[in-house]
Amino acid sequence: MNPNIKFIQGNEVCVEAALYAGLNFFAGYPITPSTEIAEHLAGRLPQQGDKFIQMEDEIASMAAIIGASLTGKKVMTATSGPGFSLMQEALGYAIMTEIPCVIVNVQRGGPSTGLPTSVGQGDVMQARWGTHGDHGIIALTASNHQDVFSITVDAFNLAETYRTPVILLFDEVVGHMREKIVIPEAGDLPIVERLRTSVKGGIDYHPYLPREDGRLPMSDFGGVHRYNVTGLYHDMWGFPSTNPTVVQGLHRHLNDKITNNVNQIARYKEYYLEDAECILISYGSAARSALHVVQERRPRGERLGLLELQTLWPFPYQLVKDKCRNAKYIVVVELNAGQILRTVKRAVDDPERVFLANRVDGVFITPMDIRNILRYIQGRGA
Amino acid sequence: MAIKDYLRERFFPHMWCPGCGHGIVLNSMLRAIEQLGLSKNEIVMVSGIGCSSRISGYVDFHTLHTIHGRALAFATGVKLGLPELNVIVPMGDGDALAIGGNHFIHAARRNIDITAIVMNNRIYGMTGGQFSPLSGCGTMATTAPYGVIDQDFDVAEISKAAGATFVARTTTYHAQQITDIIKKSILHEGFSVVEILTQCPTYFGRKNKGGSASDMMELYKTNTTPMGSKAKQENPDLIERGVLHEVEAPEYCNEYDKVIASAMKGK
Repeated sequence: MNPNIKFIQGNEVCVEAALYAGLNFFAGYPITPSTEIAEHLAGRLPQQGDKFIQMEDEIASMAAIIGASLTGKKVMTATSGPGFSLMQEALGYAIMTEIPCVIVNVQRGGPSTGLPTSVGQGDVMQARWGTHGDHGIIALTASNHQDVFSITVDAFNLAETYRTPVILLFDEVVGHMREKIVIPEAGDLPIVERLRTSVKGGIDYHPYLPREDGRLPMSDFGGVHRYNVTGLYHDMWGFPSTNPTVVQGLHRHLNDKITNNVNQIARYKEYYLEDAECILISYGSAARSALHVVQERRPRGERLGLLELQTLWPFPYQLVKDKCRNAKYIVVVELNAGQILRTVKRAVDDPERVFLANRVDGVFITPMDIRNILRYIQGRGA
Repeated sequence: MAIKDYLRERFFPHMWCPGCGHGIVLNSMLRAIEQLGLSKNEIVMVSGIGCSSRISGYVDFHTLHTIHGRALAFATGVKLGLPELNVIVPMGDGDALAIGGNHFIHAARRNIDITAIVMNNRIYGMTGGQFSPLSGCGTMATTAPYGVIDQDFDVAEISKAAGATFVARTTTYHAQQITDIIKKSILHEGFSVVEILTQCPTYFGRKNKGGSASDMMELYKTNTTPMGSKAKQENPDLIERGVLHEVEAPEYCNEYDKVIASAMKGK
């Protein structure tokens, strides 16, 4: 049998993909339903000479990966709702200091302790706005194991390309479900390595002066360039500054480097959108049930399509607007009170056409739940 | 190398108040690094938030000025990421022991080879004079206009109990002892805590009738005594200075190397 074919949990797929992408430092704290990621990496990382550390809490985990990233490592942490809340301040620090890192949030039901062992997708807006202050952020998700693999590799690549934290917003169903995955061979998927400065020692290096293409080459701690890293607004040397021109320039840079590249960052899948009268928009595990409904209805001639979003932030407004232009109805399928629903309403021409099919009771949304909403929208009974 | 070769002069003048003890700590620390002959490229200074944490911006090392209370957690990532680096973490008493208390005891418990310098002025200076966990009962602060009722604790005792393998204390009056102790703490393999009593005439002094900076430093001379002195036996209220605790124990990064060796063998 092909040893690359595995039947494993989504959390394990995330581990395999992170290692494939070059992960060599992980810090974390146990929390359901993400713990398997830490457990597997505790075994795997030292086998390749790399480091795993269990920290005293999620705040420390986030801090430790940022510190390790500065020594040149590719880093990740993994958590769930409450832990994700604790990470927000240090996440903002990584945004401000432009440190590449990947944060996995295997979502469960919230708020607070909520439903530790049940599914939810209630952290979508927290991923966007959880840390204080204006900022750009990248958040990705996936609905099946093959996509969990490729999107996790993507997360590391985007973190390096844009020098930013990238959030992997998985959920309990994808994290704990077992299904088949074919692990790609080395070289099958592109890997973005750390961009390091070519400036020689003794020559003034500007750690925060973007190149013409917007990228910021790094210099590892311990190397020949000694520079300052601070969460304060800072100039091109990394020195604190309150100069309004410097502040506004950095503020714009941190936002623009993400929003100006929304098309490059957008990952999505589409099914039967060309002639769809009704478009389901979904993401993560919920997209599995949405896809089921579409595939079941299409053979009967119903013009139903699915837009599965894998990049949630930056939200691909133009893409969604374009894809939905000819649809009579749009139904957002998600496991929260309508976090992407409102975002889709902002994107499309006619927000009145956008409906919600959701569950917020910790139970996975079924095709039946979606069919019931469709029936209601189509006026075939309430 | 002259002391100024360790400084980022571009970053001066510094932001500390006249009479602040933090400049003495900076000076004495740089002398320790100079005397050890360490290369600037092999030193990482990680700090959090507060007056004392600004020390990292002024020195020409790899410097990481992080968020309030978490400096040791960032430092743990740096150290484990690249164990050959010397990692020094200057912190204030509030930064290290209030918001950062959990990270402090766990860094000590791991005995990771980091030098933690607690610059203890018994007050939150940067925010304007609020009481800290080390202010102690009866002291005055802007958030304790009727006097502090919170008990303080002993940094050295907590460090020892939590597993730090090198614990020392001195004051800004004893600048040469700061240099001597910091040298030892950097050479020590394991988690080192150096508590330095440092005056804040602007807030602690003014709120508590401490007088001028020199008056406050004078008190460090009269209120302290070398570790194990006869004076301490006669007057138990004296605060002991010097290396208070030094033991050998397995260091975290070394232990992790053993984990790697074992994992690679079993692979």
